[in-house]
Amino acid sequence: MPTIHYILKDGSTKSVEAKAGTSVMENAIRGNVRGIDAECGGCCSCATCHVYVADAFIGLLPPPDEMEGDLLEGVAAERRPGSRLSCQLQITAELDGLTVQIPETQV
Amino acid sequence: MNAARPVLAIVGASYAGAQLAASARDLGFEGRILMIGEEPHPPYQRPPLSKGLLTGKTGAEQLSLKSAEFYAQNSIEMQLGTRARAIDVAARRLTLANGEAIDYDWLALATGARCRKAGLPGEDLQGVFHLRTLDDALQLAAATAQARRACVIGGGFIGLEVASALRSRQLEVTVIEAQPRLLARSFPPDMSVFIEAAQRRRGCDFRLGRAVRALHGAQGRIAAVELDDGERIECDLVVFGIGVLPNAELAQAAGLAVDNGVLTDAHGRSSVPGILAIGDVANMALHPVPGGPARARLESIQAANDGARAAAAVIAGGEPAAPTVPWFWSDQADLKFQMTGLPMAGDQTVLRGEMESERFSLFYLRDGALVASHSVNKPAEHMQSRKLIAARARPRPEQLRDPSFDLKGALSAS
Repeated sequence: MPTIHYILKDGSTKSVEAKAGTSVMENAIRGNVRGIDAECGGCCSCATCHVYVADAFIGLLPPPDEMEGDLLEGVAAERRPGSRLSCQLQITAELDGLTVQIPETQV
Repeated sequence: MNAARPVLAIVGASYAGAQLAASARDLGFEGRILMIGEEPHPPYQRPPLSKGLLTGKTGAEQLSLKSAEFYAQNSIEMQLGTRARAIDVAARRLTLANGEAIDYDWLALATGARCRKAGLPGEDLQGVFHLRTLDDALQLAAATAQARRACVIGGGFIGLEVASALRSRQLEVTVIEAQPRLLARSFPPDMSVFIEAAQRRRGCDFRLGRAVRALHGAQGRIAAVELDDGERIECDLVVFGIGVLPNAELAQAAGLAVDNGVLTDAHGRSSVPGILAIGDVANMALHPVPGGPARARLESIQAANDGARAAAAVIAGGEPAAPTVPWFWSDQADLKFQMTGLPMAGDQTVLRGEMESERFSLFYLRDGALVASHSVNKPAEHMQSRKLIAARARPRPEQLRDPSFDLKGALSAS
């Protein structure tokens, strides 16, 4: 199974094995990763599951659709080139090792 | 008092209860935390119950609000499938339906709300549903797979979400609403007209200004809905979405001040020291907005989470939580409604974009200040509205109306 590495606010890394087809947000909840609020439960409404995707993986992900791009305008922490909403990132085998950093704040 | 290790008992195991437990630990509360839930499930996400769970997009196994590891790691005990029976305020003792007694230092009532029943003949026929819990939704989803023609009674957010989900499963759907327009409590008339037209384009039929007189069955199963003008609509599925009632009986019996929910201050404190109320059951004082309501019982995840964070600060002795701006959303087919602030009759409304495009925002100004907005498929404008409302920004109507004006500019200018 592909592994996702979450870099937490304290700098430590939490790794979660993820089934293909599940989202980076869902795996964060399942794996008890702190700092992903996901208040809307993954329906792309709240922008509280913001992550920074590591540079090496940005190009491997399909770009944000219009709705996600719109919501990224409103994230609580700084928006950077790797900013994504983790509920919109679906895991595939090619994404094994995907590394995402948790931002300072979600609300 | 259990001076050595205070006890926080939380009655209710959904958004508000789970967030309170999590935030209390975050803020350093080291006492015992016990969550008592009536349903057999650990806290789960409710929005998909009227959306993805019915369309099949979301599975029940994806709904956990937190992982089992989270509760274990934070020493949050859960007693599920258990009702709370009574509170002895003087003794600070909570009694459960199974007879067990819990001596608490802090008691948080997060008992939520239940579906209002219509009290109609035939309401208990097979194929007639009220939607609140995961079990309700699973039964409805199973019935949907066998059904062809549905009546949704109630044209509010839940009714319209269910209607959209049923349409996507190829059912014929008629929505019956007693008010002459949809969402009359939440929306001005032009928004009601917009939603009706948008839903009709997606194949929903409507009967507005019509009450239901009776539900008729055959062999114990729903067969038709009879309206107050005599019309009979044949159907094999009925879903009610006619609002909820707060589960405030436990509080009322204990002598807490109750009026459309448990009355609390802006931090969730009830009229009885040591007892807080949060989530759908709490009628909370609001951080004042000029001309706005003094209190409200808001039925939303944001209100549950922010109310719980405020209550956690009371319990753990942290900084009081900052005022927040209410917001909620509704997904209906490919229409994403996002609403923020609490509009009042008499607010000036300004439309940005064209309603026909199904991408627009309606802004509400009160004495020049932005107090609310309703967006359709415009999440960035919704997010910016929340910031502008929190900052008490005073954008000019012509700026709001102009799609080329960057709303962020209104923040710095205010």
